[in-house]
Amino acid sequence: MQAAGVQSKRGGAHVRRVAGQWVKTILSFLLFLLFMAPFILVVINSAKTAVEISFSPVSLPSNWGQMGENITNTLNNPNFSYWSAFRDSAIITFFSLVVIVLASAMCAWVLVRNKTWWSNLIFMILVASMVIPFQVVMLPLVQWLRMMGNFLGIKLSGTYVGIVLCYLGFGMALSVFIFHGFIKTVPLELEEAADIDGCSRAGVFFRIVLPLLQPTAVTVLILNGIWIWNDYLLPLLVLGSNGSVQTLPLAVSMFAGSYIKQWDLLLTSTLLAMLPVIVLFIFAQRYIIKGMVEGSIK
Amino acid sequence: MGKKHRLTNILFLTPAVLSFSLVMIVPFFLGIYYSMTDFNGVRSVLTFVGFDNYKAMFTEPAFLYSFLVTLEYTVINVILVNVVAFFLSLLVTSNVPGKNVLRAGFFVPNLIGGIVLGYIWQFIFNNVLTALGTNLGISFLEKTLIGNKNTVIWAMSFVNIWQYAGYIMMIYVAAIQGIPANLMEAASVDGANYWVRLRKILIPMMANSFTITLFLTLTNSFKMFDLNTSLTQGGPAGMYMLKAVKTSEMLALNIYNTAITKNLWGQGQAKAIMFFIMLVIVSLVQVSINKKKEVEM
Repeated sequence: MQAAGVQSKRGGAHVRRVAGQWVKTILSFLLFLLFMAPFILVVINSAKTAVEISFSPVSLPSNWGQMGENITNTLNNPNFSYWSAFRDSAIITFFSLVVIVLASAMCAWVLVRNKTWWSNLIFMILVASMVIPFQVVMLPLVQWLRMMGNFLGIKLSGTYVGIVLCYLGFGMALSVFIFHGFIKTVPLELEEAADIDGCSRAGVFFRIVLPLLQPTAVTVLILNGIWIWNDYLLPLLVLGSNGSVQTLPLAVSMFAGSYIKQWDLLLTSTLLAMLPVIVLFIFAQRYIIKGMVEGSIK
Repeated sequence: MGKKHRLTNILFLTPAVLSFSLVMIVPFFLGIYYSMTDFNGVRSVLTFVGFDNYKAMFTEPAFLYSFLVTLEYTVINVILVNVVAFFLSLLVTSNVPGKNVLRAGFFVPNLIGGIVLGYIWQFIFNNVLTALGTNLGISFLEKTLIGNKNTVIWAMSFVNIWQYAGYIMMIYVAAIQGIPANLMEAASVDGANYWVRLRKILIPMMANSFTITLFLTLTNSFKMFDLNTSLTQGGPAGMYMLKAVKTSEMLALNIYNTAITKNLWGQGQAKAIMFFIMLVIVSLVQVSINKKKEVEM
């Protein structure tokens, strides 16, 4: 009797644990579905005609082949220059990342290895600047770029050079901060040995230090890359909505402005705009999550 | 090291310091000056107007309404994003199957820009949810939630939670994984149930990450712009202090519209500086409260 009682009590706990497990599994599946729903809706509605979308936005498409047609129509639409916007976004992101990583690593290294009043001052100004929202500098920046452009005789508004300069400046504080934190943990001995061997100061950085910074550089690349690729307000102000250089978010928003409510084309354009990032995420998921989380915690 | 490296030091610092000064420092101080002028983005001869632009915003219903809406949105999001993210982090660190897929799925909305997401959600609110509401007889959903001034802020918050919770979740996951497993096991052996372990061990051990996540959600909500422009454009219209206002126009969008749409750059700049001051005050208060809590825990 007693033994049976103990057993049934154990059995009860077991049943409860299994039931809890099921509840958790079903709950997480439903949550996953909820999080994916917007993407699923974009995909299924990109394979429908405008009439079909307004008639039944949640049903599966009757003919998946319509997606090809929608994509062709969107790509050939004179108001949406996907390929040139994609190219401009890629060029701007690529060059901004190269200069940000190099300039911030060099700067952080000099700041860590020279403990003087000026290195402290520069570092403090950089860190303090991180609280300044973009809105505070955006209007004077537009005017200042014009003034600088006129003075130097190069066009900075609406050009690759101008916007890459902006991203370099705006990306600097966080990137220097992240590199600074890592370089502090790199032992000096390696650099001193290279110094004694007659390596130049720049040589020490490029041959010894830079290779060590690789994992941190991945974090810096990801944080800045996602931000620059998705950024809207800075390109809108610096490149303009009708400029010859257009990023993907700008192109989508211009397209939405001219085709509002024509959801077959508009949803297809958002699908095309999301695709590059989703593909990248599938391949580099681990690095992206790690980079974005580490960047915030530091 | 000393003087012999001076040239290398200067060369290495120049790109960073120069670009930073050109796009941050100079515009920052230029902005303080512009906020006291009648600057309109074109005019080259500016009239100095002192603090007139600052005074003007405090009697402007649209700006005051923006401020209130921004506060409301920020409070909603700081609470809900963190609650949802914390719950998700507990879920994906438990023994649920497919943890990695779940994490990736919750995280992925964060990688898509607010502009693109705004259009997608505009479609969901205007077409999908209204269709569901009509077909299933849910009267609440029959009219679009972003067209009603009572629900629009909640609709925007819902999208923001969907977009941002996965990211905050990953910060919590990192913190939970940093807690020694034997601590939780020992408490479990001592007979502490799940809620006790959560309250007495897990949450106090995560105090440091709460400071970060609250700061991130606070500044992120306060500065919200992209989603606002593409999802609602500030609408629908409403009345405040007997004047027509845009009921979902948050501060960042109000600043943009003042300067660019109405061509009042000087006023827009004054609002931007006020925006900055408010942001600094609010986040300083938050961080100092959290730091105090960290010590207590």
